[in-house]
Amino acid sequence: MKKLSARRRHPLAALVVLLFALATTGGLYAAFAPTSSAQADTGQSLAVEQGKKLFQVGCSSCHGLEGQGTKDGPTLVGVGGAAVDFQVGTGRMPAQQPGPQVESKPVIYSQAEIDQLAAFVSTLGAGPSIPSADQYDASAGNVAAGGELFRTNCAQCHNFAGSGGALSEGKYAPPLDGVSAKHIYEAMLTGPQNMPSFPMSTLPQQQKQDIIAYVQHTTSQASNPNYGGLSLGSLGPVTEGLFGWIFALGALIGIAIWIAARTPKAKKS
Amino acid sequence: MTSRDNMSEEHLPQAPGPHGGAVAAHDDPFADPGLPPHEHRRTDIDERAAARAERQVARWFILSMLATVGFIASYVAIKPSNGDGTTGVIYVFMLGHVSALNLALGMTLGISLFAIGAGAVHWARTLMSDEEHIAERHPIESTPEVRAQVFADFRQGAAESGFGRRKMIRNTMIGAMAMLPLSALVLFRDLGPLPEKKLDSTDWAAGKLLMNMNTNTPLKPSDIQVGSLTFAMPPGLNPDDPNADPTFQEVIATSALMLVRMQPGDIKDKQSADWGYEGVLAFSKICTHVGCPISLYEQQTHHVLCPCHQSTFDLSDGGRVIFGPAGHPLPQLRISVNSDGYFEALGDFSVPVGPGFWERSA
Repeated sequence: MKKLSARRRHPLAALVVLLFALATTGGLYAAFAPTSSAQADTGQSLAVEQGKKLFQVGCSSCHGLEGQGTKDGPTLVGVGGAAVDFQVGTGRMPAQQPGPQVESKPVIYSQAEIDQLAAFVSTLGAGPSIPSADQYDASAGNVAAGGELFRTNCAQCHNFAGSGGALSEGKYAPPLDGVSAKHIYEAMLTGPQNMPSFPMSTLPQQQKQDIIAYVQHTTSQASNPNYGGLSLGSLGPVTEGLFGWIFALGALIGIAIWIAARTPKAKKS
Repeated sequence: MTSRDNMSEEHLPQAPGPHGGAVAAHDDPFADPGLPPHEHRRTDIDERAAARAERQVARWFILSMLATVGFIASYVAIKPSNGDGTTGVIYVFMLGHVSALNLALGMTLGISLFAIGAGAVHWARTLMSDEEHIAERHPIESTPEVRAQVFADFRQGAAESGFGRRKMIRNTMIGAMAMLPLSALVLFRDLGPLPEKKLDSTDWAAGKLLMNMNTNTPLKPSDIQVGSLTFAMPPGLNPDDPNADPTFQEVIATSALMLVRMQPGDIKDKQSADWGYEGVLAFSKICTHVGCPISLYEQQTHHVLCPCHQSTFDLSDGGRVIFGPAGHPLPQLRISVNSDGYFEALGDFSVPVGPGFWERSA
């Protein structure tokens, strides 16, 4: 057998070394990265005390020990429990890495832990609290009225079908399918990240319920199937144009070539 | 070796010689080589191949007939999908949930049209004659005799009509023909009156309340939180009445407002801060590039993005253009609070809203 060093000038050697280095780094990171596996004592302890402990383990490195904010994360004074429930409940927080936008990820805290975190953050300053189930009850909403409100207030970023869309410098408005009624309500109430808020004073509860009813109706295949066939993501002219130029035009070119192609000629044997 | 390829010499026609200009001189490198010898297709010389091609063409046409029958059958047999999607909707791989009737009608009509075209093309490619023909070019100019005759006829006609001699007839005829297009010109009046000063102003005027687009109620400073986005319109509009005068659409097309609130320290432009009220700023919702409604507001950066051509405005800096093709900053409306505590406009926009136009003054 040849010595390994004899193959060090093989054209693929650099690639192998690179893959090995990447796998090692990734594996070590996964093994030693701090995992937020703090278990909450679901006993009778005060939720605020538990929340504070969770906060100091999972959140304080960016938001400060008292939620006052650091250069890595904004202050949480006055954001309220609804913001905590949205950010942690959709997996956006804790953030994985800095970037133009913190993305939704698998949720790592249980709902009980999220409630404790929210209880602690609520004590930092007055802000919107977690809504109760009857506040975001979509069955109390009017889909048609919600459609008008959605097109006035939301569709500019989230697209007429709730498919989301691009914003400036890498930021984007996420698609709305599969977002729970509670999280839609909390997002409107608190304005997470770059989304502006739509507080109760300008968008009352009934109108929020209308919007939730419209979003759930529109983004569900069961209530709103693609009557026209392939929806191409409901993204409008970008995907439709791409599809038209590549597939439709490609098929036409293929047919044109076939029409003008030389027919098989008789060959002498 | 199949029978199709087994063609003995006597079945093949005589190889024709080169058509067209024969090679005159071997030393002329640019001589016209003429057409290559014509090659026959299998269907030209083999009756069985021709019959097979005929059947193939006929099969396309029969497929088209069947698809047309299928179209009529699906129109009759398949129920249209109802509004809530409980009937008439099927799942198709790649397409998702689609209306069964639409899919069947589209597929059958598409096949019947395509089959006619495919049959015609296959017919032309296999059975119609593909002999090359040469149509020689000829000079465009007529012969000298014809040209001389035409010029002579023209001169004789001009002399007999007296066109050059009877100047009054000539001048009045030219006058009549010059006047004629004027009647078409007057018809342009029907395109409507000139815009005059209408594009310079909007519905906003001093003392008009800022109404919430969602609830149609007047807005007050405590309604607008930092980081929120609110849309406002002038009072007295009814979005649901298309016969109102002026209609909702006419007014909102120029007067739509977006209200944002920032920490007063975040506002970089002194005049912009003065035109607002305690950090609440009212900007036009109409992009100054080509007039798209823009409200893609990022509350942390205070940037507003236009979805049409990516013009970006910085609302914390007087609506300045920071990216994209827009040529003017986003107009800001001067607002204050009236004695009842509600927002009111202090006048119209100081510059015309929306895109530039010929008569734009500023």
